[in-house]
Amino acid sequence: MPFIPHTEADIAAMLASIGAPGIDALFDEIPAALRCGKLTRVPEGMNEMQVTRLLGERAALDQPLLNFIGAGAYEHHIPAAVWQIATRGEFYTAYTPYQAEASQGTLQVLYEYQTMMASLTGMDVSNASLYDGASGLAEAILMAVRAHKTSRKVLMPETVSPIYRSVVQSIVQLQDIELIGIPFDKSTGTIDIQALEQFDGKDIAALVVPQPNFFGALENVDILTDWAHAQNALTIALVNPLSLALLKAPGHWGTQGADITVGEGQPLGAPLSSGGPYFGFMCCKQGLVRQMPGRIIGRTVDLDGKIGYTLTLQAREQHIRRAKATSNICSNQGLMVTAATIHMALLGADGLRRVAAASHANTAALTVLAAGLHGVKPAFHGPHFHEVVLQLDKPVLPVLAKMKAKGVLGGYNLTECYPQLGNAVLVCATETKTGADLQSFVDALRGALD
Amino acid sequence: MSIPSNLKYVATHEWVRTEDDGTITIGITQHAQELLGDMVFVEAPAVGRKIKAKEEVAVVESVKAAADVYAPVSGEVIAANSELDSAPEKINSEPYDAWIFKLKPDNAADVAALLDAEAYQAVVDSEAH
Repeated sequence: MPFIPHTEADIAAMLASIGAPGIDALFDEIPAALRCGKLTRVPEGMNEMQVTRLLGERAALDQPLLNFIGAGAYEHHIPAAVWQIATRGEFYTAYTPYQAEASQGTLQVLYEYQTMMASLTGMDVSNASLYDGASGLAEAILMAVRAHKTSRKVLMPETVSPIYRSVVQSIVQLQDIELIGIPFDKSTGTIDIQALEQFDGKDIAALVVPQPNFFGALENVDILTDWAHAQNALTIALVNPLSLALLKAPGHWGTQGADITVGEGQPLGAPLSSGGPYFGFMCCKQGLVRQMPGRIIGRTVDLDGKIGYTLTLQAREQHIRRAKATSNICSNQGLMVTAATIHMALLGADGLRRVAAASHANTAALTVLAAGLHGVKPAFHGPHFHEVVLQLDKPVLPVLAKMKAKGVLGGYNLTECYPQLGNAVLVCATETKTGADLQSFVDALRGALD
Repeated sequence: MSIPSNLKYVATHEWVRTEDDGTITIGITQHAQELLGDMVFVEAPAVGRKIKAKEEVAVVESVKAAADVYAPVSGEVIAANSELDSAPEKINSEPYDAWIFKLKPDNAADVAALLDAEAYQAVVDSEAH
C-alpha cells in the first residue's frame, strides 16, 4: 500500500466532517499545563539547501580508516543488490502487518526470514526479530525464567560481552532476577567449567552460552549445554549468525540442543552505521513457543485453500494480554530483517560459509603476523572464529591513537572491562581485508609500539 | 442460554460441580465460551498447586483473546484436563463436559456459598447491554 500524504483540502474536509475547528482542537483533552507550547530552545528549521550543505561539511570530516574493530558489530561486504531491493517503496515504507489481507508481501518476507533463521540455528521456531542482540539476550533470560517456573537465578559467563551484560542488568534488575557471574579460564579465554561445579544440583533457571564469546574464542558448547540440562536449567545460546555457517548449530548442541537461541543479526546485511539500526534474532524449541516474545508470522490457508501469511499466537502480545504479555515489545526490525533475508538469499549457504571462512582465515593470518612483533602476544590459546585478543607491553589507548594517525582503527580496548588481562585489545579481520591491509595493520602497530 | 441447575457458578463465568468425594470440577460456562470465540489453547495449572479463592489459575486462549480462569474457592489442584491440550475446541462444543481443572477445596462451606443457576442467570442478564 503506497503512502499518500493528505492535502490541505483533505484535512479541511475531514475536520468539517467531524465538526472540529482545527487540528489543535483534537488535543483539547490534554491539560494545558502538560502541553509543551513553544520550544524556545530549539533553533529555527533549515531549508533543504542549507541542510545539504551542513551535512556535506560534516561528512567531509569522516576519514576512511582501515577498520579492525569487531566487539559485537562487524564490517562485512553487503552486495549492492541487497539495499537496492530493500529500499523499494513496498519494503521501505511497508506498514506494520496487523491487517493480514493488506500485508501479504511483508508477511511472506518475514516468514522466509523466520525459516532461514530457524534453519541456520537448528531450532524449531523463530520470531520476526527483536531490537538488537543485547535486548534479545535480556528477553531470552526473562523467557527462560518464565518457562522454568521455580528459579530466578541465571548464570552469566564473563565471556559474554560486557555491553550485553550491562544491558541485561538494566532490563532485569527490577524483576527480581539474579544474574550470577561465571569467571573464565585465563589460558583459553573460555568459561571456567570447574567454576560451574558449585552449582551442581542447585535450582538454576538458565545458563547463557556465548559462541563465539566476546574474545572470539570458541566455548565447549556440548559440555555446557548438557551440564545445564542436568541441573534442569535452560540453555540460552548467544551466537554470531555468520559463524553458524561454519560452527555446529545451537539446536544440535549437547544431547538435547539449546532451548533458546539469540544474537545480533547485524553481520547479515546491516551496515555499521555508527551503531544501528541492527536487529536481534530469537529462536526456540517448539515447546517454548508460547513463552517467546515478539511477533511471529505463521503460514496458513484462506477460505479458498490458497496459502496466506498472518501474525499468529498474538495472545502472547500486549495488545491482547496487556500486563500479562510475554514482553512489552510489540514491534520488530522489519526493514533490517528484509535486508538480512535478501542478503542471505543472495549469498546462500555456500556464500555465507565462504565469508565466514575468509574472515576466520584473515584473523588467523593477522594473529600470526602480529605475534611476530616484539611486545605483542595473543592472550589465549585455543580455537577462535574471527577475533583475537592481543596483549601489548604498553598501554592500549596511546597505541590505538598512534595507529589511527596512520589510518588504522586497531581494535577494541579491553583494559577497563577486563583489567585482569592487562594491556589487552580485541582485534577483528573480516573478509573485507586484503593481505596489504593486514600488512598495514602490522606496520601501524609496530610503529605505535616503538 | 444453557445454565445447568445442578452446577454452582462464579460471577467470573466459571461453573463448579461437586463430586461424590467432596472434590470439585471446574470449567467455563456456555456464556463465557460464546464471548471468547474459538478456543485454540488452554494453559492449565500444575497439579499440587495450592491456590486461594479468586486467584488466577488457568488461561484460556481463543483466536481473539486470552482470558484468566479464577479459582472459585481456596484449595489444592488435584487434576488438569489433558484432553484440552490437543482439543481445546471442546470448551466451545461441550462447555459443561470440557472441564479445565479439579480442586480439593479447603472448606466445603465455601462451595455451598457459590452462586446457583438462577443467581448466575442474573449476572449474565446484567452484563447484556
